[in-house]
Amino acid sequence: MFKQKNYLALGAVVFVAIILLSLPTRATSRLKLAVGSWFLPLFGLAGAAQQLPADLADSVLPRRELLRQIDALRRENQQLRSQSVQSIAIARENDQLRTLFNWQRQSKWQLKLANVVMRDPANWWRTVQIDLGTRDGLRVNLPVITASGLVGRVSSVDKMSSQIVLIGDPNCRVSATVENATRDMGVLIAGGTLDTSLVELTYLASSANLKPGQNVITSGLGGIFPKGIPIGQIVDSRSVEYGLYTDARVKLNANLGSLEQVWVLFP
Amino acid sequence: MNPFKTILILAFAFLAVFGEATLSAPRSWLGAQIDLLPALMVYAALNSGLPTIALLALFGGIWFDTLSANPLGVSILPLAIIGWPIYLRRDLILRDLPFAQFVLGAAASAVAPLLTMLLMLSGGKELLLGWGTIWQLIVMTAVGAVATPFIFSLMDAANRALGYQERIEPGFRLDREIQRSRKKL
Repeated sequence: MFKQKNYLALGAVVFVAIILLSLPTRATSRLKLAVGSWFLPLFGLAGAAQQLPADLADSVLPRRELLRQIDALRRENQQLRSQSVQSIAIARENDQLRTLFNWQRQSKWQLKLANVVMRDPANWWRTVQIDLGTRDGLRVNLPVITASGLVGRVSSVDKMSSQIVLIGDPNCRVSATVENATRDMGVLIAGGTLDTSLVELTYLASSANLKPGQNVITSGLGGIFPKGIPIGQIVDSRSVEYGLYTDARVKLNANLGSLEQVWVLFP
Repeated sequence: MNPFKTILILAFAFLAVFGEATLSAPRSWLGAQIDLLPALMVYAALNSGLPTIALLALFGGIWFDTLSANPLGVSILPLAIIGWPIYLRRDLILRDLPFAQFVLGAAASAVAPLLTMLLMLSGGKELLLGWGTIWQLIVMTAVGAVATPFIFSLMDAANRALGYQERIEPGFRLDREIQRSRKKL
């Protein structure tokens, strides 16, 4: 009797696991959405708890320090305004030239700020969740950046949150160009398992002229990431497969280990 | 079965999964995120019944997979595979000894991620694996081993503080008292 009860319980657990694993992707994501909503109150509490020390620190800052910060921000604001005016003029000129040469006009990308609310608890994925979802207009495969550079892309979207697959995850491959004389192109793939700041740039031409410190940007190929987003710098390179192609290690500009806020790019 | 103990274990599992998803300190300090569910499964297997083990495997696995990019349900089987053998042999285990808890916690924390990875690799998933994975497994094993005696103490203390204790019937019963008297000669 005892043994039969054991086997029944084990059988029930195995049965439920097999049912869940064999569900179609759409049903699985709906189920994940439903179960994930159980954690929403805790996310709210955690956010408020994280904000509390910052609020306390703000309230005890001396007036002189605040005035100094305001002054610095005013200066930075003026600089950014003048840069913005210049870039608007350059964009207008670019549009006019494109019209003259009958080239297709570049579509402008819009940005939406999102807070990173959670990281993947498993060590074998590099994903984070943000607090924007379908109600904010998000959809799968939108690029995600920070002020420093590319971060990843949206991999799945719920109503109020989305999952971002970061560069360095096996499911996020990016076509990239090295900013050198030969504009060598390759594909960014997963890097080391421990160091989140290093990724591998592979399938570069065997004649690639790579030097440490050269900038790596998105190539615009692949249809997901627009051209010219900074990714990182070349650390070193080596010839692989008996000189068939070259691999290089790239140090990412964005610090993926301490992401707090990211920008989602909308076409 | 004491349902309060089951509720307590499930609540701890829920908070543990949430903590693993929000606290990035272990990842930045040790290079790996720790997982407390295997250690909790050791506690459940040694101190609770079959329904609790089944519920912890089901809900713990589903909660973990929900907050992760894992396929939903893939973490259920490893947790169940850890819990069952311990439950079946628990009469032979010195469960009150911290060293026994430490060893079982280490074994469970090492086996759970390995089985999960094995399941996903056999399902054709491409995982982020490398030499660093060995270090991550060592960290998960060590932290799981150290955490298990603490989980035992914490859960026992919470159970004593919040739960009701089972009433122990005294051996003495009036109706069974043997009336002794000297026969009058």
